[in-house]
Parts: sequence; structure tokens; C-alpha cells
Amino acid sequence: MSETIQRTPLYDAHVALKARMVPFAGYDMPVQYPTGIMTEHTWTREHAGLFDVSHMGQCFIVAESFERAAEAMEALVPADIRGLAPLQQRYSQLLADDGGILDDLMISRSAYPGRLYVVVNAARKEQDYAHIASRLPPDVKLERLDGEGLIALQGPEAEAVLAALNPQVRDIDFMHFKLLDIAGIKDVHVSRSGYTGEDGFELSLSAADVVTLWSILLKDARVKPIGLGARDSLRLEGGLCLYGHDIDETTSPIEAGLVWSIAKHRREQGGYPGFTRIKNELTTGLKRQRVGIKPEGRLPAREGSVIQSAAGREIGKVTSGGFGPTVNGPVAMGYVDKAHAAPGTPLFLVVRDKAIPATVVKLPFVPNRFKR
Amino acid sequence: MSVKFTEEHEWITVAGGVATVGITTHAAEQLGDVVFVDLPAIGKKVEQGKEAAVVESVKAASEVYAPIDGEIVEVNKSIADEPSLVNSDPEGGAWFMKIKIANPAQLDSMMDRAAYDKFVGK
Repeated sequence: MSETIQRTPLYDAHVALKARMVPFAGYDMPVQYPTGIMTEHTWTREHAGLFDVSHMGQCFIVAESFERAAEAMEALVPADIRGLAPLQQRYSQLLADDGGILDDLMISRSAYPGRLYVVVNAARKEQDYAHIASRLPPDVKLERLDGEGLIALQGPEAEAVLAALNPQVRDIDFMHFKLLDIAGIKDVHVSRSGYTGEDGFELSLSAADVVTLWSILLKDARVKPIGLGARDSLRLEGGLCLYGHDIDETTSPIEAGLVWSIAKHRREQGGYPGFTRIKNELTTGLKRQRVGIKPEGRLPAREGSVIQSAAGREIGKVTSGGFGPTVNGPVAMGYVDKAHAAPGTPLFLVVRDKAIPATVVKLPFVPNRFKR
Repeated sequence: MSVKFTEEHEWITVAGGVATVGITTHAAEQLGDVVFVDLPAIGKKVEQGKEAAVVESVKAASEVYAPIDGEIVEVNKSIADEPSLVNSDPEGGAWFMKIKIANPAQLDSMMDRAAYDKFVGK
């Protein structure tokens, strides 16, 4: 791991846009641009927001065939990887032997034969790569894509913006991708996915090309650059987990409410780390689970706030909490014991020694608008 | 009436033994969009350098310290009702609280405008 803070290929572009730069996961990243988090958040919900996510870890899993690469990956994650259609992508979790989550990640069946394309969290990439490499059979290799660019264009106008550069983006289904020429840049990996709850795309391309495409996209009046601050408030309203906060090595995918990401045959047959715990949680039930929590009033309850039952007993902690600009009020997520997890259950959140009335709500806070 | 500043980015003006306190434009810029302000109760005794109020931005909660010892005699309800005033008018209409000063000598060590601007690197 590097001791010095790293920069993405877009660092100079952020500085030129007068972004406020902060250290995040070992990278100097824009937390917000001069317009501020509130404006950036709302812009993304209404138009198209452009995010630099080049700090995330991109790699290939390489084998003699897709089937062989998929088989090796299925030994590490609970998702159905063998069943990926060409140009399809799935969300999954890298699991520890005890069923805790080492990281969450995106896995695609690459357009290149014998390859999976994988994207992991920036803060976890060194651990992830070491873990994956140590567990792969000798004929399957991990190939890092260090220094490549990755940007996300998210929001209801993202499709129209990108279609102006290549109309074929309209044909990409949710959680699928294509390799397309975008504004003269060859073979851009364009996937229909994101981390805002909105329709949108993630684009992987070389370090030099990402700088070119970033400035081309910003010339479109429908596009504004969006920092990590709004990325966090958007994903929180979207009910999406943030690694290290809502999920970590102590939480299982079942507790986290991610059972939808595990195919039925894999829930029954296992074949991945932590299956014993997952099977138990699926059959005998959960002790605790991740829920959405809506505090009354305007005061945000932040990560770490104690969750109390209506009777005043501590039943969990907030794992993500803040102000939701689209909700126009505070929003939170956290783990509570099973007896208090049903939507409508009254709770208290303790903020600076005050018990704030709150209610368990169904996630997401803002309806997802993925293109289905 | 001259305005003084603290290293914790509060401003303070004094009239008739009562200090009006708010946060500086620099502090408001650093906070970003303010969404909630937690103000102290009237009558509360405050101590220099100790928490007196809390401002919540989208991103985080930040403490506002009492710049001087004393007692809270008034709070600005308009910023509780409309927290974004802290961003739009931090050194004017968005004052936080009025403190009846217990120890006027504490004013002597505070910065004037020129010293504060230098302090924040302007």
C-alpha cells in the first residue's frame, strides 16, 4: 500500500473546477464543487451528474475460458457468475470464511474471451486483490487495471447526454454493458449501472481518454460535476450500502438485506465462503437486519448514533445517517434486532443525549429509477 | 462597535455588556449547506471554548464554541427556522446567540478583522 496520497487522472480537472479536495481511501478526491452538495445532489436527481470514480479498483480475472474464470470466482462470492450472459454484470460480495463481507463488488462477463471484469472499492482494493489472488487456482490470474479511468454519468438526462455521442447507449439494459466508440474514443466500457438510485452509466477507459471524455461531457449544459459528498447523500437516499459503514466483516449479506443478489441455487447449494452462516440465517432466521430509519423533525442522526426501542432499550446503531436533500429531511440506515425491523416500528435515535423519535421505513427513501 | 474573531471561527460584537456571536463567512463556506442549527437554551451558562451550539451540514455536525464566559440571553430563532441563512448571511442576519458577558477581559486576546483574515490565509 502506498503511503503517499494518490491522484486520479482527473485531479487537475477537479482543481481547475475549484473543487474542495479531501483525502478519501488514499486518494485526493473532490468532496464538492463550488455549487455545494445540496445543488449537486438535486442536479443529479433532475439532470445528469458526472462523477470521477477512478479511485475504485478495476481488474480482470483471466482464465482459458469464461466458464473457468466464473467457476473460480464463484468460490469467492455468492452470486451466480456462471450464469452471466455475455455483456452482463452482477453485484456481489467478497465473503470471509465466517460469512462476513470483505467487500462488495461488480462482476461482468467481459467482451474479451476468458475474462471477468471486476470493480471493487478503493479503500479495499489492496486487501481484495491479495485475497482473490491467494484463493484463485493456478490457471486463473488476477490482472490489475491500475491507473485506468472510471467515471459515472447519473440522472434522468444521462441517457440523452451520452446518446448524443453514440445512440447505441440507448440499447444497453440495466446491469449490462457494451464496448462503444464514444466521441471518437474506441472501446469504452459503458455499463448501465451506478450508485445514485438514478438511471445512468459507468464508463471505463484509459487515463488519457478519461480526461478527454470528462471535458467533452461537461460541455453539455445538462451535465455538472458532482463530488463525493453528494455521491454519499444520493446513495443513502437510494438505500444503497457503503462498505465500511453499512456492511463490513461483521455483517453478512443476509443481515444487510442483500439476499436478492444471491441466486436461488446458490442459497441452497453454497460453494462459497461463509455458506454455513448464510444457510443458518436463511433457515432459522436473523438476529438483526439492516433497515431504513426516518427520524422525525429536521435533526440528522449520524453514523454511530444509538438506536433505542420505543421502551428505551439500546437495540442497534446507525451505520449511515445524514440529511437527504430530495427527501428534504434526515434519513438513516442501521441494524436493529429482528423484533424491531418491521416498517412502521417506532424507535428513538440518540443525538447529543436527546432521544429523537423515528420510524423504521422500507428502503429506498427515494424510489430507484433504474432502467428495467 | 468593532467585531472580534476567535481561532474557532466565531465572530463577536459587544454592546452594553452583551456579546452577539455568530460564525464567520470562512467557517460557513467550509461547512457547506447548513441544514439544521441546534441552539442553546436561554439562561444556559456557557464557558469560553466549550460547546454552545451545533450546526449540521449535509455532510457533518460541527460544534460552535462560546467565545466568552457568560449566560445565554437570546438565540436567533430565524436560523433555526431557516438554517440556510447561515450560508447566505453568516456575519449579518445569521447570528447565533447573545451572551451576557461574565469576563470582559477575555475579549482582549481576540483577533481583529485584519488578524483573522491573516489567520485564515486571506
